[in-house]
Amino acid sequence: MNRWIPYIAKRLFYMALTLFIIITATFFLMNFLPGTPFNNQDRLSASQLEMLNKKYGFDQPLFSRYLNYLGNILHGDFGISLQFSDQKITTLLGQRMGPSIQLGLQAVLFGTVVGVFLGMIAAMHQNRGLDVFCSLFAITGRSVPNFVVAVLLQYLFAITLKWLPIGLWDEGFRSTILPTLALSISPMAESCRFIRTEMVEVLSSDYIELARAKGMSEIRIAFSHGLRNALIPLITVLGPMTVSLMTGSLVVENIFAVPGIGEQFTKSILSNDYYTIMAVTILFSALLVTVIFLTDILYQLIDPRVRVEGQA
Amino acid sequence: MSEAKVLIPDSAFVPAASAAAQAEPELPRALSFLEDSWRKLRKNKAAVVTLALLIIITTLAFLAPVLAPFDPNEQHLAHKNLPPKWPGVSLNGLNGTSEFRGRRIDAYALAKVQEDQYYLLGTDEFGRDLLSRCLWGTRISLTIAFIAAVLDLTIGISYGLFSAMKGGRVDNAMQRALEILSGIPSLVLVVLMLLVFQPGIASIILAMVISSWIPMARVVRAEALKTKQMEYVQAARALGASEVKIALGHILPNISGIVIVRAMFSIPSAIFFETFLSFLGVGMRIPNASIGTLLNGGYKVFRLYPYQMFIPAAILCVIMLSFNLFADGLRDVFDPKMKE
Repeated sequence: MNRWIPYIAKRLFYMALTLFIIITATFFLMNFLPGTPFNNQDRLSASQLEMLNKKYGFDQPLFSRYLNYLGNILHGDFGISLQFSDQKITTLLGQRMGPSIQLGLQAVLFGTVVGVFLGMIAAMHQNRGLDVFCSLFAITGRSVPNFVVAVLLQYLFAITLKWLPIGLWDEGFRSTILPTLALSISPMAESCRFIRTEMVEVLSSDYIELARAKGMSEIRIAFSHGLRNALIPLITVLGPMTVSLMTGSLVVENIFAVPGIGEQFTKSILSNDYYTIMAVTILFSALLVTVIFLTDILYQLIDPRVRVEGQA
Repeated sequence: MSEAKVLIPDSAFVPAASAAAQAEPELPRALSFLEDSWRKLRKNKAAVVTLALLIIITTLAFLAPVLAPFDPNEQHLAHKNLPPKWPGVSLNGLNGTSEFRGRRIDAYALAKVQEDQYYLLGTDEFGRDLLSRCLWGTRISLTIAFIAAVLDLTIGISYGLFSAMKGGRVDNAMQRALEILSGIPSLVLVVLMLLVFQPGIASIILAMVISSWIPMARVVRAEALKTKQMEYVQAARALGASEVKIALGHILPNISGIVIVRAMFSIPSAIFFETFLSFLGVGMRIPNASIGTLLNGGYKVFRLYPYQMFIPAAILCVIMLSFNLFADGLRDVFDPKMKE
């Protein structure tokens, strides 16, 4: 167990450093943003502006604001939203975490299960009709952006066929179906391709030959030997995929009017809500860094061939 | 049989072939790198078809100033939202009629368009010709993607090669820097950058390149480290070649296949970013057309005039699919071991 401690300490240090740099960079970037967060600035009198600036702390020197901001973040305080009359950003985003996480998990789950299944079928029928079909599906899923898929799904199932709600979040599970489908396209394509390459390799190895010689059925070979060995490397791509799904849902959430983080982010961009933009950026970065870290650890725990560096 | 003395007539003997004829047949000329790659690529049908498609699309897009029947930004408010109409075709959807309260009406007659005027892909909400806008839009999107790919390539190769050639502490520091940079989700980074810069083509390219050169730098470094150990590099060093000469003259040509493949994959991802940003409303500014702005415009009215969104969506899908399939084909040629 001891060998893990220096490794994890080193990784944690780099994670903290990464986040610190991201926070600093976003803070100073935000100060170069053109425009102001106040509506109708032209109509405000000088004294009104001064009051507003004072209220939000814009009158202090940049560097002391920066230190303040850093200190607040350490206490879990991201400041107040400039868009929604002084709401705390932590509560604002807290309310919106639910739908985003639900969509992300549903999409990853559905996408990988279907993708793994398709990849397996493709590998078992290598270079035959079904394989070509699955590979074509995978490359289409990789090529077509998810917001285009979202719009097409919306047109087909919500507007033309009227089977499912066009958007909003008010019909429980029914309103999650279309955004989930749209988001699940890329994990589906990725895992399909991934499992196919892995399984093709596994299926040509000697122990699979032995299983065949023993008279095991192809289906059992695929599940109990092939899939098991092909699944391990999938873990490495699964984590970053989930995060990219959450950031990628920016537009999809907008299209289906889902009250999630992504939709909030787009709103904040269009209204120059500095603090919310920064908070979402930091949140997404923290997620990404953490997920990459956890994936690495998990991978090393599961696959005995991968070892912590510096160890024989 | 053994005792028989076989008499062979003189006529059965022929003079031996001359030395010249016996010499080994001349070897075919060695194939150059390009010829060899092309020969392998030709076997992949999907890659050949998509290459042809890409050439056609690129040519059409870059000939937009010649081919476009109208000025892409010229507004004809009287002719707004006209559906596609093709000369001599009476198929619904291509004959200039649209459905209105369950009946088909001739939108062109209603808008008092001249008999002989056709908008092959219809018009948008400002009466701008969609065909012209699509041609110009594809041109802009492709330009952005190509420039972004070239910049990725230049920055990624320089950074990766430098890091690999220096090695040691410099390499370590440069890799840590990359690790930190890659902790920022690229979509968020690009959006932030675009907020800070003045909107326009240059900003979009710059914002994309800031995050997209990183994987290229990593690949180049990893490959260069491997190539650095080769005997021919050691030989070059023994002969006194400078580090720059080794990096550019010996290592770079030998990793070019992998670099080309990566560059091909970075084009569709640049197109994706551009459409994403424009769709979000922070990319290209109106009235300029790009695939992203066309999609955005079409999305706003797609419940009433779905063709305005389907056409750019179809163009985008074809371009993205072609680039990805072609890049896949190239990868099989240059780098058969790479799985990804």
